[in-house]
Amino acid sequence: MAEMWINMGPQHPMTHGLWNLRIKVDGEVITDAMPEIGYLHRGMEKIFENKTYVQIGPLTDRLCYGSSFTWNHLYCMTVEKLMGLEIPERAKWIRVMAIELQRIASHLMWLAAYAADLGLLTGFVWAMRDREIFLDLLQALSGSRLTYNYARIGGVAADLPPDFERDCLRAVDYFERKLKEHENLYNGSKIFKMRTVGIGILKREEAINLGVTGPTLRGSNAKIDIRKDQPYEVYDEIDFEVACHTDCDCWARYIVRMTEMKESCKIIRQTLQKMPKGPVRVKTPMLAPSGDAIGVVEDPRGEGMMYLIGDGTDRPYRLKVRSPLFVTLSAAKSMLLGYKVADVVAIMGSIDVCMGETDR
Amino acid sequence: MESSSNRVEPVGKKELSQLVSGFERKLERELPLSIGPDLTEIAVKREGLVSARCNKESILKLARLLRDKYGFEHLSLISAVDWRDRFELVYHVRSYANYCMMEIKVPVPKDDLEVYSVTSIWKGANWHEREAYDMMGIVFKGHPDLRRILLPEDVKYFPLRKDFQLAEED
Repeated sequence: MAEMWINMGPQHPMTHGLWNLRIKVDGEVITDAMPEIGYLHRGMEKIFENKTYVQIGPLTDRLCYGSSFTWNHLYCMTVEKLMGLEIPERAKWIRVMAIELQRIASHLMWLAAYAADLGLLTGFVWAMRDREIFLDLLQALSGSRLTYNYARIGGVAADLPPDFERDCLRAVDYFERKLKEHENLYNGSKIFKMRTVGIGILKREEAINLGVTGPTLRGSNAKIDIRKDQPYEVYDEIDFEVACHTDCDCWARYIVRMTEMKESCKIIRQTLQKMPKGPVRVKTPMLAPSGDAIGVVEDPRGEGMMYLIGDGTDRPYRLKVRSPLFVTLSAAKSMLLGYKVADVVAIMGSIDVCMGETDR
Repeated sequence: MESSSNRVEPVGKKELSQLVSGFERKLERELPLSIGPDLTEIAVKREGLVSARCNKESILKLARLLRDKYGFEHLSLISAVDWRDRFELVYHVRSYANYCMMEIKVPVPKDDLEVYSVTSIWKGANWHEREAYDMMGIVFKGHPDLRRILLPEDVKYFPLRKDFQLAEED
């Protein structure tokens, strides 16, 4: 049978955003794949160079709609490193708590999308229902539902609202109960297993060489997590396990994300317990010194990184963003070769695509 | 489910720093001997971060040495910077086993924009290099597929260069 190229995207239910996956098929088997991106490119890095440090804060939220707080926090952390600022202890704990709330919300959005991709609409509705609780918490914290702009250079925007600890603990208790129901739904589904087990295999060595990070890498039998390896904020004082799975397939990535949500609940409980009293923000200078700084965090999708160069003015000379998905998408070919067209949705869904940060 | 990893898990901050500093000093000591005068600068910036400056002729040699001998298996980022009189490529590579990140700065003169591609060493460099080409116009020799990545094929300019001005805001 003749080989042919198929365009999946830019408008396709699988893409979750706007990108194009070109696959070459021989009958039903994929023999080549070429992801094409750039449909959502907004020239973020050029805009950053023309705005002041304070003005950039809200823009970084728009890097990823699924986990905007992580990017907002990463930006503030990088600028603080360049300015040599030490932020109050309480702000660090609040940040960690918000990051983990965001991680759960982000993973739940992935779970909902993945369930819908694979035809489990019940899973979609359940995950979206539970995500709402965490969005409500983040809304109580910051005032908005998706783009929070809660981290500030020098701390966070405001202290916790009244009764936030109580609501947060209730939400975590509720979610830990519900997470078991979620797991039963998927682990007991024969269709879900048939579509994920043994599909989209990416071996450990290849994953590392391709620069893949985050849950996709941990699903490939590599126990690598920046929160443990290069602890930022107060992660070195928190007790948690790094999720890891040996199977290297879509199922492994699903297990890793589910385990991470459990660990996030553990982290949130600890932050609420250990959080000291005190101020949440310090005054910061308008100008940053000349020099460079790097900030690295564990985004829900992988290794998020910013490389910032200051030149003594109130605007960055260069702010380069490393998006984890940008690199993971370039590894799509290795995951897809040899599988059938019907598996594309299961494989590409399992890496949790977010085009906002990929195209920037 | 949990895999057994052969890496040493850090217990606290103190052990981690002890583990790291020896490795950083080793890099600082040994790399100039292996690379020679092309490695113009090397310094330990802080815990877990070594910064180096290298001429573009030796980047492949340095990259191969770092991956094969020192365990820098992960390429995090390649950023291109326009310093008005020259370009500069900044490679961030990471060694997972040694909890160490290395920053390699490679100056690229404006009249000679060709640099050897490191895709043969870290396959993850592929799209980073395409982006550096797309945004700054740096050409990577030996890259398997050097095309524009974020912008359309028919764009004539390189938008992240400093001489590319944005329209005035009102």
